[in-house]
Amino acid sequence: MSSIIGPASYQFFGIFPAAILSFILPVVGVGLFAYIMARRLAPLVRAAPDYRLDRIGQRILRLITIWLGQVKQPRYMLAGVLHIFIFAGFLILSIRSVSLVMIGFSDGFVMPGFGGWLGSVYDFLKDYAATFVLIACIVAGIRRGIFKPARYAVPEKYGKDHTAEAVFVLGIIGTLMISESLFEASELAFAYQQTGEWHFVAPLSLVWIFTHILNGASLNFLQGLHIFSYFLHDVTFFFFLCFLPLGKHFHVITSIFNVFFMRLDKGRIKPVRHGVSEAQLDDLESFGVKKLEDFTWKHMLDFYSCADCGRCSDQCPANAVGRPLSPRFISIKARDLMFKNYPLSGEIYKSKMLVEDIYTEDEIWSCTTCGACEEECPLAIEYIDKMVDLRRGMVDEGLVPQSLQKPLKALEKRGNPYGKMEKKRADWAMEKEFKAEYPVKDLTRESADTLYFVDSTTSYDDNIQEIARCTAMILHRAGVDFGILGKDEKDSGNEVLRFGEEMLYQDLKEQNTEAILATGVRQIVTADPHAYNALKNDYTGLPPVRHISQVVAEKVTGGALSLKSCLHPEKVYVYHDPCYLGRHNGIYEDPRQALDAIDGLTRVELEKSRDRSFCCGGGGLMLFYEPEEDTRMGVLRVNMAAEAGANVIVTACPFCLVNIQDAIKVAGKEGEMEALDFTELIARHLA
Amino acid sequence: MEILVCVKRVPDTAENEFELNSAGNDLDRDDLVYSVNEWDNYAVEEAIQIVDNVGGSVTVATVGDDESEEVLRREMAMGANNGVLLSDDAFEGSDGKGIAAILKAEIEKGKYDLILTGAQADEGAGQVGGMLAAMLDYPYASLVNKIEVVNDTTIKVGREIEGGNQEMNEIQLPCVLSIQTGINEPRYVGIRGIRKVASVDVPVKKASDLGIDSATVGEAGARTRRVDYFAPDLGDGAEMLEGSTDEIIEKLIEKLKAKGGL
Repeated sequence: MSSIIGPASYQFFGIFPAAILSFILPVVGVGLFAYIMARRLAPLVRAAPDYRLDRIGQRILRLITIWLGQVKQPRYMLAGVLHIFIFAGFLILSIRSVSLVMIGFSDGFVMPGFGGWLGSVYDFLKDYAATFVLIACIVAGIRRGIFKPARYAVPEKYGKDHTAEAVFVLGIIGTLMISESLFEASELAFAYQQTGEWHFVAPLSLVWIFTHILNGASLNFLQGLHIFSYFLHDVTFFFFLCFLPLGKHFHVITSIFNVFFMRLDKGRIKPVRHGVSEAQLDDLESFGVKKLEDFTWKHMLDFYSCADCGRCSDQCPANAVGRPLSPRFISIKARDLMFKNYPLSGEIYKSKMLVEDIYTEDEIWSCTTCGACEEECPLAIEYIDKMVDLRRGMVDEGLVPQSLQKPLKALEKRGNPYGKMEKKRADWAMEKEFKAEYPVKDLTRESADTLYFVDSTTSYDDNIQEIARCTAMILHRAGVDFGILGKDEKDSGNEVLRFGEEMLYQDLKEQNTEAILATGVRQIVTADPHAYNALKNDYTGLPPVRHISQVVAEKVTGGALSLKSCLHPEKVYVYHDPCYLGRHNGIYEDPRQALDAIDGLTRVELEKSRDRSFCCGGGGLMLFYEPEEDTRMGVLRVNMAAEAGANVIVTACPFCLVNIQDAIKVAGKEGEMEALDFTELIARHLA
Repeated sequence: MEILVCVKRVPDTAENEFELNSAGNDLDRDDLVYSVNEWDNYAVEEAIQIVDNVGGSVTVATVGDDESEEVLRREMAMGANNGVLLSDDAFEGSDGKGIAAILKAEIEKGKYDLILTGAQADEGAGQVGGMLAAMLDYPYASLVNKIEVVNDTTIKVGREIEGGNQEMNEIQLPCVLSIQTGINEPRYVGIRGIRKVASVDVPVKKASDLGIDSATVGEAGARTRRVDYFAPDLGDGAEMLEGSTDEIIEKLIEKLKAKGGL
């Protein structure tokens, strides 16, 4: 023998050409894969439409950062780094994988362009790639199989544990790395024994290690090993390819598409149905998602793409307090339903109503729409739009919890969830002493440059009206010419929309838009992040909207507002990022800047801050919903603040203030912890 | 089963602040928000659920003016199949007996197995259901919190009694029932649902259509008449007993004995 015989020329038992096997395996493998993919595409073809081909430039950018750059991964450092290694390894090894298939029937095949120095550089890289992929798989396998981190646990009601699937796939990947390296190592060891020529191999790589181990082996053994490892790799490779669409590793194929088609805008809810304008809504037979096929194709793709990593549920505040919601299982259950109803062979099953089948009503109502899940997901899976669509479906069927029916009816009749009279909406400004010093213009009678949109909670809740007065004070002192809509203002409808009552939201939006445009104001300011979000992202045709913290930051920097030194330098303040100001609208620095402008104010940061902020419990209609939970989100948040060493929680949202004030009492921390609104703090420190 | 539910449009207790008008003889009705009487809503939901189970149809009827139609439409948006508005100037000012007479006339025009009314109404006296049954000569069960259909001619009805216990009775059809809140969880009706039934025809029937003599209904035929409407004078307030727990207990026993409570 002169050199090792490759699979293309080898003959089993001297007669049967291995090349035939090398040919059949890919043909069968790819054929089967194509069939499976076609079956998997079936439900997407029946799904609702979704327009995802806009702003290609932005999409490519997201692809580069989130898919290629894996920017979300390091948020969970160990698992993230492991995954980055495996992902990078896969990308690098993809060329080698294709070459290997070709080597099966074309001896010494080299990819076009990889003949010269590029080929050598690539060989070097791929050897290390295979090595660190194997190491990562071993570490991951130990972590999943032995240490079993909590976020992977499957609660009993959701079925069996998924660890076996995870460890199995790690085993498959490990096998691929080992077999590929053995294939190469056996050839190198053979050549060295034959010719004394030592081909350069990446030092300390897997191939290098194997080559050294195999140095003493007989030529016959090496030849056998060479062919054996080739076909082991080939079979494993095509098995893995066909296995991918059968479980959570489907994301290996779908992730690039899922990220490319991801949602580009935060804070905005999808229309009831893409392609159906607001005017045409009345003609729709059915609203929202009731059965599986009512989801859009992108949402179905989301279900396929879920990697079952559990990061979403780990961050979900509803999950943390023991509500029946776990975002991970929203995806996994839907994915399993798709697998079940659209089997690989056999007939397609008719879908039942989702809330009678895989989901419970409470599960869907438990979501506060805080967005922590979406922020965390490395595959850019969306949840909020799905929850809203499911709620639209339930509202259409009349399945609304009794506790929510009253405030919805009150919103319909009185424009606020409390059912209080419209003419009392501006009563907060009528307090005698306040009115004398800080008169508030009524924009239905006078005109002004700016509209202060107060929204319902701040207008009617006795405790929270102070926010309105402080905001008015700040605007006065900053020299802003402003007014309010008073009884013409209706609830912004941010929660109404997110609770699936589309037509009521449209109604409120219409009334507000009309009233606002009639005033002719140039800009809108609000102290309520929910109103801010609705007016800025969901409404259209309005003048620019800003949150009071942005105004304060600007005026303080510009000199129009000056702040005194801290009245309580002994207290420790912590800023809690409201979901609708922070995560949904990216305003993190302005409130902090304003607080830091107060000389001598001691401010600490919560561990879960900025885009990892922990929802207070939710606002709007969520204040009326009575969930089943082990504890309250506000209580967990108050405890976090105490742990950070703070005794004053400052927040920039009236709902956060309500929830946290309540939580301080429930947690028994009265006297130890206080809650203040941003506007109250600034107002007290106005120089 | 053919079911007729009597519904009433009332000022909503949740969304209104009630004050007396300047004359001091009625509520200030200027800024009031109206909706369907809560008990009647439970009754309609129950009727819809019965019909979902055993087939048939649900008709909602109300005695009122043009504005009362909105209440019929809302119940139809909920799932009632038909609505009928009984409206005539002559009906205005009817007392409970008058309302019952008007409803009776409508009911006799159809063939209903079951008539449901709410146990009472905001601003009502809890009397129409019973009077209606008497006028129709139908059996009557009040404060019903559970209905079970046995067969075409018999149903079982339940009522909560003292101590939180439950009593079940059998009653022959056709009959009249007054429904208690809590019998079910009424489904939500949104703006969209109401829009869907916006163009459905709701017939309006006058005294002549029903064959009612105007003299027997309305203010003319009313045998009870409201004479006054007032907020009672505030009393002195509660008497607060002071002292240690033992002292308070002694004083309390003394007072109860003196007033005949012990």
